[in-house]
Amino acid sequence: MKAIVRVMPKPGVFDPEGKAIGRALAHLGFTNLGEVRAGKIVEVELAASDPEAARRTAEAMAEQLLANTVIESFSVDIA
Amino acid sequence: MAIALERATGRKPRLLWHRETDLSGLDLIVIPGGFSFGDYLRAGAMAAHSPIMGAIRRHAARGGYVLGACNGFQILTEARFLPGALLRNASLRFLASDCHLRVERSDTAFTGHYQTGAVFRALLAHGEGSYFADGATLDRLEGEGLVAFRYTTADGRLAPAANRNGSARAIAGIFSPNLRVLGLMPHAEDLVDPVVGGTDGLPLFQGLAAALSA
Repeated sequence: MKAIVRVMPKPGVFDPEGKAIGRALAHLGFTNLGEVRAGKIVEVELAASDPEAARRTAEAMAEQLLANTVIESFSVDIA
Repeated sequence: MAIALERATGRKPRLLWHRETDLSGLDLIVIPGGFSFGDYLRAGAMAAHSPIMGAIRRHAARGGYVLGACNGFQILTEARFLPGALLRNASLRFLASDCHLRVERSDTAFTGHYQTGAVFRALLAHGEGSYFADGATLDRLEGEGLVAFRYTTADGRLAPAANRNGSARAIAGIFSPNLRVLGLMPHAEDLVDPVVGGTDGLPLFQGLAAALSA
């Protein structure tokens, strides 16, 4: 199974990368943009065969390492 | 950092590998700057789980002293020794220049050789040094006197131009509640010898040495 962990900055956390990306998109001619936020995806291949067990493992990984829960939130998909 | 510690204490510090777990006999653990694990994932995120961190946590729980500078401060927040987080500099630029720090309290082992309100020069060398914490945490840090240093002008005033990484409330360094753990982003240890341009940072280390040998 593969856990796909999506990590994003929490609302209210200043995201200068997102802002810089937004400015670059505007320079490319994409107008009328709202907020742009940038995060990361970490994919982890797991030996688990039970999707619920895999999800709990991935959530623990996210809580402990993959996301800094002071400034980031995460979501987990299992494939 | 090792030079600053030796200059202040007269003794060479012990250099420890990140897998070391025996810290017996040590009064002060210093986590210096650098790019541990290449700053991958988040600066300090993986070093926060190195084997030595468990030993450092026990050392701090026993009342031991810990100093984290730059990557060391990032590691201390990731390891939850100190609250908050260090974000990408607001300007997105790596900052490599002087800053001025105002000493917010001088009644600690780290700041005992400065006056409260004194301003001294330190060096910035970081890409992720913008201190962030939520409003309640910031209020608590200020209310409990846990802000160690703020970025100011040379004459001690707060100003956006003096806080180039955009740190919340211009916070450059903070203490743990027992005042024995200090994390700061700027490099005081880079100004400890006239030959490199100044000794503004030396009192931090001399004060520590004096407090630890008392």
